[in-house]
Amino acid sequence: MIKIKTTDRYNITTLRSFMTNILSLFAALVVIGIIFLIAGVNPFYAISEIFSGSFGSFYGIKETITKAIPLILIGAGLTLAFRAKFWNIGAEGQMLMGAIFATWTGLTFGEALPSYIIVPLIFLAGFIGGGLWGIIPAILKIKYAINEVISTLMLNYICAEILTLLIVGPWKGKTRFGFPGTDNLPDSAILGLIPGSRIHYATLILAVICAIVLGVIIYKTRFGYEARVVGENPDAGRYAGINFLKTSLILMAISGGLAGVAGVGEVAGIHHHLGYPASISSGYGFTAIIVAWLAKLNPLYTIISGIFFAGILVGGDAIQISLGLPAATVEIVNGTLLIFLIMGDYFLNHKITLQFSFKH
Amino acid sequence: MKKIQRLEMRSISKSFHGIPANQDINLFIESGEILGLLGENGAGKTTLMNILYGLYQPDSGQIKINDKTIRINNPVESITHGIGMVHQHFMLVQNHSVIENIALAYKDTPFFFPNAKIKNKVEQFSKNFDFHIDLTKKVWQLSAGEQQRVEIIKALLNGADLLILDEPTSVLTPREIKELIFILREMKAKGHMIIFISHKLDEIMDICDRVMVLQKGKIVGSADTKNTDKNSLARMMVGRDVVFNTTREKLTKGKKTLAVENIKVIGDKGRRVVKNISFELFENEIFGIAGVSGNGQRELAEAITGIRPIFSGKVKMNGKDITNKSPRHIYDSGVSHVPEERIRFGIAPGLYLFDNAILKQHHLKKFSNWYFLNYSQIKNHTRTIVKKFKVSTHSINNQIRNLSGGNIQKLILGREISEQPQLLVASHPTYGLDVGATEFLREHLLELRKQGSAILLFSEDLEEIFELCDRIAVIFDGEFMAVLDSDDKQFSDIGLMMAGSKRIDPMEKQK
Repeated sequence: MIKIKTTDRYNITTLRSFMTNILSLFAALVVIGIIFLIAGVNPFYAISEIFSGSFGSFYGIKETITKAIPLILIGAGLTLAFRAKFWNIGAEGQMLMGAIFATWTGLTFGEALPSYIIVPLIFLAGFIGGGLWGIIPAILKIKYAINEVISTLMLNYICAEILTLLIVGPWKGKTRFGFPGTDNLPDSAILGLIPGSRIHYATLILAVICAIVLGVIIYKTRFGYEARVVGENPDAGRYAGINFLKTSLILMAISGGLAGVAGVGEVAGIHHHLGYPASISSGYGFTAIIVAWLAKLNPLYTIISGIFFAGILVGGDAIQISLGLPAATVEIVNGTLLIFLIMGDYFLNHKITLQFSFKH
Repeated sequence: MKKIQRLEMRSISKSFHGIPANQDINLFIESGEILGLLGENGAGKTTLMNILYGLYQPDSGQIKINDKTIRINNPVESITHGIGMVHQHFMLVQNHSVIENIALAYKDTPFFFPNAKIKNKVEQFSKNFDFHIDLTKKVWQLSAGEQQRVEIIKALLNGADLLILDEPTSVLTPREIKELIFILREMKAKGHMIIFISHKLDEIMDICDRVMVLQKGKIVGSADTKNTDKNSLARMMVGRDVVFNTTREKLTKGKKTLAVENIKVIGDKGRRVVKNISFELFENEIFGIAGVSGNGQRELAEAITGIRPIFSGKVKMNGKDITNKSPRHIYDSGVSHVPEERIRFGIAPGLYLFDNAILKQHHLKKFSNWYFLNYSQIKNHTRTIVKKFKVSTHSINNQIRNLSGGNIQKLILGREISEQPQLLVASHPTYGLDVGATEFLREHLLELRKQGSAILLFSEDLEEIFELCDRIAVIFDGEFMAVLDSDDKQFSDIGLMMAGSKRIDPMEKQK
């Protein structure tokens, strides 16, 4: 009889942790390859297309960086929430709320104000919008013990419907000829692009700064310490005099706020107006969960993992066109990667041994 | 399965990340024998027993039952071999009832209606052994002593021939210990064998037939209890003579520090568990609260330190009201707390030692400058605690969950004591500590007292209470039965007071 035995692994080295991630990704690619095979596509060709589509050309790289911007911002914010074991699945909604706040600010004050005032203002508005949407589940959790996985997830749909309501109703633009969507933001509120690309550099710089600052917050500050203690053991947090409500509110304000900032980038950098939810975000809020996880909940690493997953999004788009695969392909790829990363985490923390024994 | 007549462990070795926990250990036990395992914290007693129970696999060595070599891959296999274990930290599902926990562990639990089917058996069983437990209660509502009884029922119901008890008396009251000893003798008479892990010499001498002493993972001695004495065992264990009686200096008490006025506290079950308790505590004074566990001590300590809300009444620190203030506010008013449930409240298991060494103090100026943590200061502080309190760890950059229970406790004690609190609320501070560490801690508490701290000491260890305390209150069912000076002759009746059958009215005493 073969028995599987698991024991805890101590003293995990950085190298081991890194190699586990690499192997997990590789194993995921194997499974993804099998899925491609079932779909009747040469898996080697498809996977190489994904990476050549995203990293193999100048155009691909530019697109990859464009999509990495929201992933880094949201992913970095999620690392903070996840550290405190606050499972924020609502970044999608927080991002859209940021976009809504930014659009209103841009449309209301944009005409009258110069760029150097209105641009910071819409980023601030986006942060506040996303942050407010983020602290709702924090209040629900601390005050009424409502599971945050459910509340954050549900708030995504509520926000998407609010946005839809706005663009088909009161905010429908005069320049849209009756189609849903707001008017374009005034020029002063539109973010500058790196010439020849869609990279809105202001948001990119902001994303990198945010990832670094969050790293400092988590590892070096009192607040980050309190968030980690609460995540490790809430009872110890209570004993240590950590104010749960305050800690949760701040961390969800930051986590949601950064998602809101990502929403600002999408609206002011790429679309220039508020359209249907699916056009503002192609599931960045969910993909960022994997980004945060691949980064081992270290915000600095979200810069790398964000670019990696942006590459998969771009490459996924490329194979949809070149191989005629359905849009769900990217989601299958992402989902498979997440499952394998989580499994890899398990194998990193546990040692699995097979035991052969014979019953007497 | 045949009954175990003789169990033997041969040349057992086991190490954890390079540090040997057990080295070449030989042990045997025969039917009808009680074997004591004596050793300090981290001596490898628990590791050895976890190997026997199938939780760990030895790196080398063999286990033999009735001269047949066996392999124990997991606890289920060890149970089928007739081995049962009661762990120091109980393995119970907190949110389930007593009967559900027993049903979960019992091997013949039917698939349908498990609770109803085994209920009669369990009731009969607990009546036989005088276990008074409400089977419908949830485990989190039970005191430590009651939880242990549930664990023992679990093991015995499964027909354990060999019962391993890891520090069983450390959570028990004197009366409960007597009951436990009675059960153990009964088991022995029926041919069971018992391995009794402890560091309390009196118990070992009282209960065991034979004793083996472990030190740093090795057997350093073994003897029949009738051919040895406490002093020689203590010498074997710590490698030197132990002073049992620290002499308490006479000090005049200073100004009033803590005042508790008529407080009432609601317990987990929604019942009033602290009923109208009042007392005062002065500088240079240790005030002991003796009593059977589960009479409101835990709730009283948690209420004073702000973890649990106070229903009515007032708590004042240096004349300032701290009733229902936040734990941090109360800490900043000068109150340190060594909680009863240390693993639950005292640590963040996945964080490093140095993170845990500042759990309540991270907001203090010396550890965090403005909002940034001062890690070099924090690490120095941690090293000091580790050195002073002899926490055995290979590095302070180690996750605290990798440490043994006793070492975690030493770190917590070091953390709470090293800041010179004005008031230290200590619940069972020496529970689970070895003789050396206990001695060190008691001296340290007396030192704190000398330096002007007030100490509120909750303990079930009467020896400890009488050794350390200037005044003692006996608590029963949420009320003080008596508050007396420790040399008061009326304490000859302390047993009666703890059982609630004698009460000395403070008013009466003043007359």
